[in-house]
Amino acid sequence: MAKIECPECGEEIETTGIVTVCPNCGADLREVMEAVGHEVQSFRGDLVRDDSVTTHEFIVRTRGLTKIYTMGEVEVPALRGVDLDIRRGEYLSIMGPSGSGKTTLFNMIGGLDKPTSGSCFIEEVDMAQLDAFELAWLRCRKIGYIFQTFNLIPVMTALENVTLPMIFAGMGTDELMDRGQELLALVGLGDRLHHKPFELSGGQQQRVAVARSLANSPAIVLADEPTGNLDLQTGKEIIDLLKELNLESGVTIISATHDLKMIDVSDRIVHIRDGEVERIEERAELELDIGTLGSEHLPGH
Amino acid sequence: MIDTSRLARISGESGKEAIQIQRQIVLPWSEAFRISIRNVTLRLGRALITGAGVVLGIAFLTSVVTSKVVQDGLSASQAAQVQSLAAATAGAIGGEETEAEGIAADVEEESGRQARQIWLVIMSLLVCGVGITNSMLMSVTERFQEIGTMKCLGALDTFIVRLFLIEAALVGILGSVLGLLLGHLGMLLIFCIKDGFSVPAKMNWLTMLGYLGIALAIGTIISLVAAVPPAVRAARMAPAVALQTEI
Repeated sequence: MAKIECPECGEEIETTGIVTVCPNCGADLREVMEAVGHEVQSFRGDLVRDDSVTTHEFIVRTRGLTKIYTMGEVEVPALRGVDLDIRRGEYLSIMGPSGSGKTTLFNMIGGLDKPTSGSCFIEEVDMAQLDAFELAWLRCRKIGYIFQTFNLIPVMTALENVTLPMIFAGMGTDELMDRGQELLALVGLGDRLHHKPFELSGGQQQRVAVARSLANSPAIVLADEPTGNLDLQTGKEIIDLLKELNLESGVTIISATHDLKMIDVSDRIVHIRDGEVERIEERAELELDIGTLGSEHLPGH
Repeated sequence: MIDTSRLARISGESGKEAIQIQRQIVLPWSEAFRISIRNVTLRLGRALITGAGVVLGIAFLTSVVTSKVVQDGLSASQAAQVQSLAAATAGAIGGEETEAEGIAADVEEESGRQARQIWLVIMSLLVCGVGITNSMLMSVTERFQEIGTMKCLGALDTFIVRLFLIEAALVGILGSVLGLLLGHLGMLLIFCIKDGFSVPAKMNWLTMLGYLGIALAIGTIISLVAAVPPAVRAARMAPAVALQTEI
């Protein structure tokens, strides 16, 4: 492990090839790191690729992410060292049986819980270094959340649910009303603005949740089993809606799921088992497989 | 206090803009009030249960205070009568000493009764406070998911506490006012039936209003204080934990 000195505050930092920001003053360390790049690579051979990628290709990166829940005297590991790079603008599905650690990983990426060890970076910022205010800011502005149980605020109308994150973000009343109506129209609920959640069907509630997740134009939408409480048809509609948003606005969608319908729309599928990444399938590879399969059959005809 | 360069890094914006944004994690008081009022009116059942504790405690406090003010008023007018009577029968001797003794005994008995009443009032307010805390604890617990959701949407811990405190204050004020009316009018009615309908005219209304104001403040403060521990506990939970809580 190489040691570099922060040009701004003089803090000595151990580089791992991951941290590109000084933990003390927040200064950009990439230039300094490039200068000692050779050293970094020789020390951490397995992380060479980290130095070769441009910083902003990956919007989320996790390194050695572990989470251990302590239940009484028993320690239950939910994640055992997850290394994951999530590209900007991709539709990523995290698949695995229940209890595999999907939701835990979702919580770590979303900054909803702290990992036992390892780090999670959003746009190269280590979330462990953020204070409560910065985390709230991140949740408000950069990440949109969709849950299996919809989690709308029951005493608020659809429009109020969608505009709540905008209130937190300090948007003016007129502006947020307009945007709220726009978003609800976008998800096909333009005529249900003033309905309370209990007056809406499950599919409609999830649409409100989708609209709410987009309230402050986040870079990432995290969806935890978004179709888990919906029937086949409505589930399909929500998936299509998410894919559409992904294609049109380029928002990165990360979805924990065991819904096989998700495979069709995902750019990549991360399979998780027992808290570890089992394998990652690329959409391109899947299509290629299908393609070669087809061409293999051709000569036979 | 807040490292804006890091925020700027997340947002990809300049530090100056980040400072502006930093100020923009907000929950204006007007919005907080709107949400809290909505919570109270739409969960009226829950608010009533919490409020009932305040109503009963404050009603008891007010009834004790009212009876004191009324009795003071009555004895003052009696004393005036006695004085005018004494003036009219000036020169009469022998009666004075026994009367003074009687008054001394009265005073002793009176202070003993007052101590008992203060003790009772304190006990009743304590019971009322414990009841409200319990009710608040339930009210917060059943909304863990909602709290977790709000935190996901960018709410700071202080927003959550603020919402619950406004709610508690509203319930406290409404409950206290109801309790005031109940205790005061009830006690007044009893005295009117017992001592005739001239009672309200004989009491010192200024003192009474002062006591009612104090009772209102006590009711509101008890409700607020009772709400602080559960609200702070809820606000400090990690969002993931709050979201996964099942009741």
